[in-house]
Amino acid sequence: MRIDCDIHPFVPNTRALFPYMPEQWREMSEVRGIDDLHSINYPDSTPLTVRADWRPSDGRPASDAATIARQALDPFCSDIGILNCLYGVQTLFSEDLAYAYARALNDWVRAEFLDRDPRFRASIVVSLENIEMAVAEIERCAVDRRFVQVLLLAGSARPLGRRNFWPIYQAAIRHDLAVGIHAGSELRNPPTALGWPSFYLEDYAANAQSFQYQLTSLFTEGVFNRFPTLKVVMLESGWTWVPALLWRIAKYWGGLRMEIPWADRSPAEIVRDQIRFSLTPTDAPPDPAMLTRLTEHIGSDEVLLFSTDYPHAQFTDDEVFPEAFDADFRDKICNANPLATYRRLGALP
Amino acid sequence: MASEMARHVVAATADFPPGTRRLLDVDGRAIVVFNVRGDYFALLNRCPHNGGSLADGVVTGLLQSAAPGEYSYARQGEIIRCPWHGWEFDIKTGKSFCSVIKARARPYPVHVEPGHTLVEGLYRAETIPVRVEDDYVVVDA
Amino acid sequence: MSPALPTNIADCDIHPAVRSMTDLEPWLSKQWIDHFRTYGALRQTHYVSGAPYHKSQPNASRRDAYPPEGGPQGSSLEFLRKQHLDGNGIGFGILNPLVQSQGVRNLEHSAALCRAINHWQAEVWIANEPRLRASIVVPYEDPEVAAEEIAFWADNDSFVQVLLLSRTSFLPGQKRYWPIYAAAAEAGLPVGIHAFGNSGWPVSSVGWPSFYMDEMIGHAQTSQAGLVSLVIEGVFERWPSLKLVLVESGFTWAPSLMWRLDKTFDTLRSEVPHLKLKPSEYIKRNVWWTSQPMDEPENKRFLADIFDWLGWDRLLFSSDYPHWDFDDPAKVITFPATDEQRYSFFIGNAKAVYGF
Repeated sequence: MRIDCDIHPFVPNTRALFPYMPEQWREMSEVRGIDDLHSINYPDSTPLTVRADWRPSDGRPASDAATIARQALDPFCSDIGILNCLYGVQTLFSEDLAYAYARALNDWVRAEFLDRDPRFRASIVVSLENIEMAVAEIERCAVDRRFVQVLLLAGSARPLGRRNFWPIYQAAIRHDLAVGIHAGSELRNPPTALGWPSFYLEDYAANAQSFQYQLTSLFTEGVFNRFPTLKVVMLESGWTWVPALLWRIAKYWGGLRMEIPWADRSPAEIVRDQIRFSLTPTDAPPDPAMLTRLTEHIGSDEVLLFSTDYPHAQFTDDEVFPEAFDADFRDKICNANPLATYRRLGALP
Repeated sequence: MASEMARHVVAATADFPPGTRRLLDVDGRAIVVFNVRGDYFALLNRCPHNGGSLADGVVTGLLQSAAPGEYSYARQGEIIRCPWHGWEFDIKTGKSFCSVIKARARPYPVHVEPGHTLVEGLYRAETIPVRVEDDYVVVDA
Repeated sequence: MSPALPTNIADCDIHPAVRSMTDLEPWLSKQWIDHFRTYGALRQTHYVSGAPYHKSQPNASRRDAYPPEGGPQGSSLEFLRKQHLDGNGIGFGILNPLVQSQGVRNLEHSAALCRAINHWQAEVWIANEPRLRASIVVPYEDPEVAAEEIAFWADNDSFVQVLLLSRTSFLPGQKRYWPIYAAAAEAGLPVGIHAFGNSGWPVSSVGWPSFYMDEMIGHAQTSQAGLVSLVIEGVFERWPSLKLVLVESGFTWAPSLMWRLDKTFDTLRSEVPHLKLKPSEYIKRNVWWTSQPMDEPENKRFLADIFDWLGWDRLLFSSDYPHWDFDDPAKVITFPATDEQRYSFFIGNAKAVYGF
């Protein structure tokens, strides 16, 4: 069994969502010309946003179930694909507008994908502008067991460890949902701590730093103390930066324990127990032996989850795995690790 | 090899009030002795992390927590923080409180002995002069 | 048990402190003295005194580093000699002052303070201690004036680098800051970028975190953003011989950042036609790191891997004296290393970068 934990359906435009929203929001969108919410996190035409052989001759890629099945599931022999839709509803400032669009988006994913192919699962997209509304949306979608995760973006307005976000984690636990933090930003803050880069290359690379800040926050705020069964999945984050960050957190914890007296497990233990990383992109060294050694630095073969990150361009042909990974490790990444992470996958239709 | 343990007289109890500390040199080893509310405790004056002088650190209570946002504060005056990286150690036992810190500070036994026993016995009263009618803080090191 | 250190080692990060800002008055005009007394030095910070994230110890320094004659830690040359230079066998020490000046919002005031601090370094510290060298502090938010400050001191051998702080108001590789790199390259001086400063943005790209601990850990990520900017904007393409030293930023993050940048560059190369080399090639050619704060993995050999991956020629010992998270040179290398490696780390690399 192979589970692809990060596939991206693309919304063609807001009109695609109109059937799924109350009339007032459809009319408002048309009157105001709210045509599209595609985020600059992934400008349409960059080589990274869509791999050349997955790019249609016109329009957006990955917009229907059959295309995703044909291009993402079948060639990789994946039995299940988890859909993480990155349409930029989180970036809307009005909480009511954001809520309307998030609901419509989740219903679009359900109708256009989950209902059309039993191999698909999905994440519940929420806006963090209003936490109560986000929880309400989680509760609403959770009834459908094909939703397996709550989706947040790495570039949040405040670090995701902070307690004001905890009702989200509480709701996720209550419904056996994982919490997925995906590359990309709500852009309440610029892509870097030093402002707006000049180049998209920097924007994209900067996701790794955002994830590092987030992992730190989840640790310092004691999210995993409070929610010992929570599984957090870092999606499209890269993962080769993990050991260096864990060493740094542990070093400062020793001297600054008094700031976070609730912390009782090392950062490394917490990662092994409760944090996971999707495989792709693997920001790999030129020498496969170094990557093998790096996995020893991480100290667990349970933290990686298979993903293609379709249709983003992260590898050529079907070379998803790094050369260094042997067959047993690959199998674990495809099967056991995702099954252990996504509780709802256990009960397949 | 290390010299045999001997008993070293630190100070008369009258001269060593609660909340204060004394530094003692025993054959080149620095030992810091604390008075914690009338009881005496001694540690090797070398933080197990990087060797900082614990005698230069600040004494605090212990802040613990069962859950984020909850605090329990106790054991005031019983914790020494290394003046360098701030690692915390229990003055009484040398134990640390952070699970990434495997090392502990090294404790030494401390007793209060009446002056007359120090003058007569096998005790080394070389550090300070001893009066039989007073009590003295003695470290085994 | 641990091998002896080479004698006269190089310490690439020492922080001298003023006893108070009046120490700078010999080199400030009456106008600026009065201005400071009335308005202070206006920065992008929150309190009149104290950092936005309060430190874990007063002055973020070792409690045993107060000079016996009084004053804050790091303010006494005599005590610096005794406790650190003599005490730790330092033969070459670089001063990186973190005194209010850089990033001061009133740009003229910033320039005046920087000039005064550079005089203070030269006349109070370097003139009286041959083992020390200074860094040219510059008003980096006024890059043309910063370039003038660099030119002013360029022929003075007391100064071995240009100092920037990591939290500039804009990404450091952006064109507005290029006069600084031009002047440093012209003067043949390395640029050192030291953690801290107040950018005006939240200290992380995901908003303001809660704890000082987040901030301290976060310097690694902020320095990464700065390094990426310098590479991708083409600063090293424009000035191929410019040396960059990342000070007190950590370094164990560097290999994985290089791998990530090369991979992303491979896909998005068409966006950056001005780059003729891969990002890692620029970094391997132009960038060094100081060692403090040294990470402490449970398995110390993992640290040796990072040294091997980055290269033993890239890391410069630094203590960060007198700060609390400082590294003791006798304790800092915790894994087996050859004499040649230890020499590079403690002396050789600093010679190559700073030319002493």
